[in-house]
Amino acid sequence: MLLVLEQCLNGLQFGLLLFLLAAGLTLVFGIMDLVNLAHGSLYMVGAYFAATFTAWTGSFIVGALLALGATLIVGMAVEVIAMRRLYGRDHLDHVLGTFGLILFFNELVRIIWGPAGMSLQLPGWLNAWIEILPDLEYPTYRIAIIVTALVVALFLYLMVMRTRLGMLIRAGASNREMTGALGININLLYTIVFGLGAALAALAGLMQAPIQTVQIGMGENILILAFVVIIIGGIGSIRGAFIAAILVGLIDTLGRAFLPDLMRLFMSSRGASQVAPALSSMLIYLLMAIVLVVRPAGLFPVSNK
Amino acid sequence: MTAWFTLRNVVVAGLLIVLALVPVYASVTGNAFLMTLFTRIVILAMAATSLNLILGYGGMVSFGHAVYLGFGGYAVGILAQEGMASGFLQWPMALAASALFALIVGALSLRTRGVYFIMITLAFAQLAYYFAVGLERYGGDDGLTIQRRSQFAGLINLSNRTVFYYLCLLLLVGTIYLVWRLANSRFGLVIQGSRSNDRRMQAIGFPTYRYRLVSFVIAGTICGFAGALLANHTGFISPAIMHWTRSGDLIVMVVLGGMASSFGPLIGAVALLVLEETLPPLIRLIAFPFVEQPVALKISEYWQIVLGPLFLLVVLFARGGINGLLKAVGRD
Repeated sequence: MLLVLEQCLNGLQFGLLLFLLAAGLTLVFGIMDLVNLAHGSLYMVGAYFAATFTAWTGSFIVGALLALGATLIVGMAVEVIAMRRLYGRDHLDHVLGTFGLILFFNELVRIIWGPAGMSLQLPGWLNAWIEILPDLEYPTYRIAIIVTALVVALFLYLMVMRTRLGMLIRAGASNREMTGALGININLLYTIVFGLGAALAALAGLMQAPIQTVQIGMGENILILAFVVIIIGGIGSIRGAFIAAILVGLIDTLGRAFLPDLMRLFMSSRGASQVAPALSSMLIYLLMAIVLVVRPAGLFPVSNK
Repeated sequence: MTAWFTLRNVVVAGLLIVLALVPVYASVTGNAFLMTLFTRIVILAMAATSLNLILGYGGMVSFGHAVYLGFGGYAVGILAQEGMASGFLQWPMALAASALFALIVGALSLRTRGVYFIMITLAFAQLAYYFAVGLERYGGDDGLTIQRRSQFAGLINLSNRTVFYYLCLLLLVGTIYLVWRLANSRFGLVIQGSRSNDRRMQAIGFPTYRYRLVSFVIAGTICGFAGALLANHTGFISPAIMHWTRSGDLIVMVVLGGMASSFGPLIGAVALLVLEETLPPLIRLIAFPFVEQPVALKISEYWQIVLGPLFLLVVLFARGGINGLLKAVGRD
């Protein structure tokens, strides 16, 4: 029972991480109508920045904050230089153009940081275990990820629904021309939104960095998962992304943890050990296929498009 | 009356002649690498041509087209592993497996539109990718070595590299012809009509879903054929063949060459793969006058930093791809 609870927490943590990545994607898609495959590159760049700045400053927190700022600037620069020219184009153009950007970023990282990966050391106070229930110890750092992501999600919700910037973002999403006609600088707004998405991706990347190694291409597989999340949730819906992210995180983690045992009930243990790993990595894609068949526009379709 | 003697047609004809003469050149100079490269180019051009049917003519942006390369390849690989080396069995199986998978994927994903379609085709490709990774009996992540090329009872010897190359070239030309005939038939016009305005086509009375599904299956089947050839060519099959970046490469080939044009995918495949081979030496050549030799060598390792932005430039400034550029230049 404790194992189930622990795996649920792992799933929640993974889901929240996915949410941070998916939130940026879905904001950019919902507002600029842009499919950004290079979002995973920003995730990677954020992790590399965090590893470097932490090594320089000797503090994980300072390094993380610097990395967030740096990736925000990189994101805005990418928007001004490249993305801006892709608005209003075909989705195919977005896929192709940002596919090119992935190659560019991977190579750039290889030039700057070298082909070998980096590791990010956690400070001692985060690298510990904490007893959350009697007999259940859980890594402090994973708790920290869950709390941080929840705070960011709340902050994002308040920002979009309660602030002037959020109001402009919603206005820009529902009618671009009208917002511009009312004297809002749409270009600036888009640059800010893109930078915000980049910072969210960087946050996800730098929080994942101490758990896995920082390496080239680390953003690509998780990016596809983030796409699965926003497709399931309904593109453009932050609420949908939140629910879908946690769903995907839980299903993926629980599937990997318990599917082998579950399969053993129905088939020989040798067969189960062969089938289960493949099946558990397929689970979320199956989920996505089923959702799309039943509800072709996702669970929480955005109505105004 | 259209003029036949245009720049584009000259380039296409020149390209076909070059492709036909590659084995001659390779045998004269003894350059085995050139043979390997061009066999690969011809096979991938065939896959790109099949993608062009749905992407270029049909407007269906399938981001998981490489999955059929995998199905075709694994059909050959698995049968060979189980001791059935006959091509009469392997190739029909490769086609049938890809067709069946394309039917399932198409039936489900054609219900969606736009970016949802892009992503659901990607998701199905990932599904198959992870399935192949989990196939431990057939090598899993490490892949599977295919000991012998498909056997055709002595009719044709695929182990002869020249014979195999010409067979691939013949199949490529056949594919281009087939796609050209299809695209300009009544069937193809319905597909193209559905690309520009699906609702209107339905209003006229065409069940466009069925037409699109059939074209999706045809494209998948042809690509599966290319996969069977590719597995024979490399003598090796692994999940990497259907990695999502492979699907991206196929899209790049189609768009780079020119969408909805008969020879566009071929031009694109040649351009992309030759570029991948020639960019490093080219960068070295350009950099050499400015920096010392070791530095120039080092710089040329990073050729992808040139290739990536190049895609972006093609998207931004050359919508019709190379085919469109040639047409535009020829018109002036």
